[in-house]
Amino acid sequence: MKSQRIPIALKIKQLVTIIIVGFIVIWFLAPLVLITISAFASPGDYYQIDKVIPTHFTLNQFKSLFFGLEAWKAILTSIKVAGITILLSFIMGLPAGYALSRYIFPGKNFLKLLCLATKMFPLMVLAVPLLIIFMKVGVSDTIWGTSLAHTAMVLPIIILIFSSILSGVSVDYEEAAMIFGLSRIHAFFRITLPLALPGLAASAIFAFMMSWNEVFVATILTLTNRTLPAHILKTAMASPDYLKFTAGFIMAVPAMVFIFFVRKHLVTMWGISLK
Amino acid sequence: MISFSRREKNWIPYLLFLPALIYLAGFIGYPLVKTLQLAFTSEEGKVGIENFITLTRDSTFWKALKNTLYLLIAIVPLQVILAFLLALFVNGRFKGYMTVLYIICIPLALSDVSAALMSYNIFTSHGFLNKLLMKFGFIDAPIYFFGLGLSSRAFWVIVLTELWRATPLVFIILLASLQVISKDYFEAADVFGFSSWQKFIHITLPLTMPSLQSALLIRTLFAFQIFAVVWLLSGRDIPILAGEVYYQQAELINFRLAATYGFIIALICILLSWVYLTFLKTKHLEV
Repeated sequence: MKSQRIPIALKIKQLVTIIIVGFIVIWFLAPLVLITISAFASPGDYYQIDKVIPTHFTLNQFKSLFFGLEAWKAILTSIKVAGITILLSFIMGLPAGYALSRYIFPGKNFLKLLCLATKMFPLMVLAVPLLIIFMKVGVSDTIWGTSLAHTAMVLPIIILIFSSILSGVSVDYEEAAMIFGLSRIHAFFRITLPLALPGLAASAIFAFMMSWNEVFVATILTLTNRTLPAHILKTAMASPDYLKFTAGFIMAVPAMVFIFFVRKHLVTMWGISLK
Repeated sequence: MISFSRREKNWIPYLLFLPALIYLAGFIGYPLVKTLQLAFTSEEGKVGIENFITLTRDSTFWKALKNTLYLLIAIVPLQVILAFLLALFVNGRFKGYMTVLYIICIPLALSDVSAALMSYNIFTSHGFLNKLLMKFGFIDAPIYFFGLGLSSRAFWVIVLTELWRATPLVFIILLASLQVISKDYFEAADVFGFSSWQKFIHITLPLTMPSLQSALLIRTLFAFQIFAVVWLLSGRDIPILAGEVYYQQAELINFRLAATYGFIIALICILLSWVYLTFLKTKHLEV
């Protein structure tokens, strides 16, 4: 009897697992699928109240969004801002992360805590004074202004991520290289950096997404050089519905692609950034 | 760790950290001081609490504070519970769990603007929910979720959106902590004949408690930053603190009041962190 029961219990367990997985997949994917449908649906189908699933599809919304509302300019701005943010946070974050991962020195824990503490202050708090400062210096409403603010947001987190990535590369390799006569800088660039490269690439994507998605500071700091989310926030409320969906879809695409690339680093990266 | 050799002086790590430190001082430290200065300076340039008096006399401020707290209460506990259940489920490591993990994590990469538009797509008068309900004859006319006087409905749409968007953030923290629990504990528990429930109460829960607490803290802090979802779905019908910073700054161009709102958000966040750290004794905040 017993030997027959176990497979049944197992089957029930499997069935329950499948049902729960089904719920999870529907709950998390439905909004994405639906906005993809709406992004391409013709406005006629959208406004036809008895048509749940549209049958006519068009690219007109994309055209009017890109060229009528000049979203292409905003996308370009977003990419530039994210690029500068990545560059700046890498230039300053790598040495800082290296210091945290390779040295023991007084004040090290304080510096780590400092990086974490910056998360206590939401960007909303920084946006207003930053605008005043930028207006004085003359970088308000420029790509640089937004990039500098985004770097302030990304840098503390990226330092902690770098520190953990570099800790993952064994010191032994570096020491061995130094025994063979390489200087510490050479050992870093020739040995540690290549080994840490996959993690660093994932960090760059992470930084890109933080900047690409950030809307509050970008909206406050700029009037004409708006990034995509800021541009959408400003124009979306005044646009017809079907354009809103196309805009939402366009914003979601790079996110979905990128998270696919960093899927192996998901737990480490967000685990650290949110601790 | 490499020990210090004679050639390498103690100042090297500081030198390596210096550029980042200067940057953070300039772009986070200085603006914070500036916020303080703005918040405590009146229109005529006098130092005082005039801005705070103006603010507390404005009923919108109290509404914004109230709504932010309501959102916090409606979202955070539910989110932590949901995320914990999800994490426990995925940690079961069934076949194909990596795919499920990936699907759950997609909202992590989405901006709040995008998430808001997605839920607008579902809940608007011509959205999928209304069309579906009408198709099956549950309702005759569309239900309106957005618009004047409907802020209580919009509130729940916002809660739902935030649950969808930000539960994965909590999920990933909790999953990370579940993954490092040693299997030995469970094997030992098996030897003593513990039930699954007992295992959960006596092993899983205590060992994930620190992560649960920090997830709770981080979510509470984030709740004060909710902006785009509320702004896009209800405009100023549901005033919230972050939305008021935006409104004062971008629409009214009132730097001082915007800074005062910002200062209050910062103050609440610092207080909350302090309360959490003191009373919950979260000692694991170091990476």
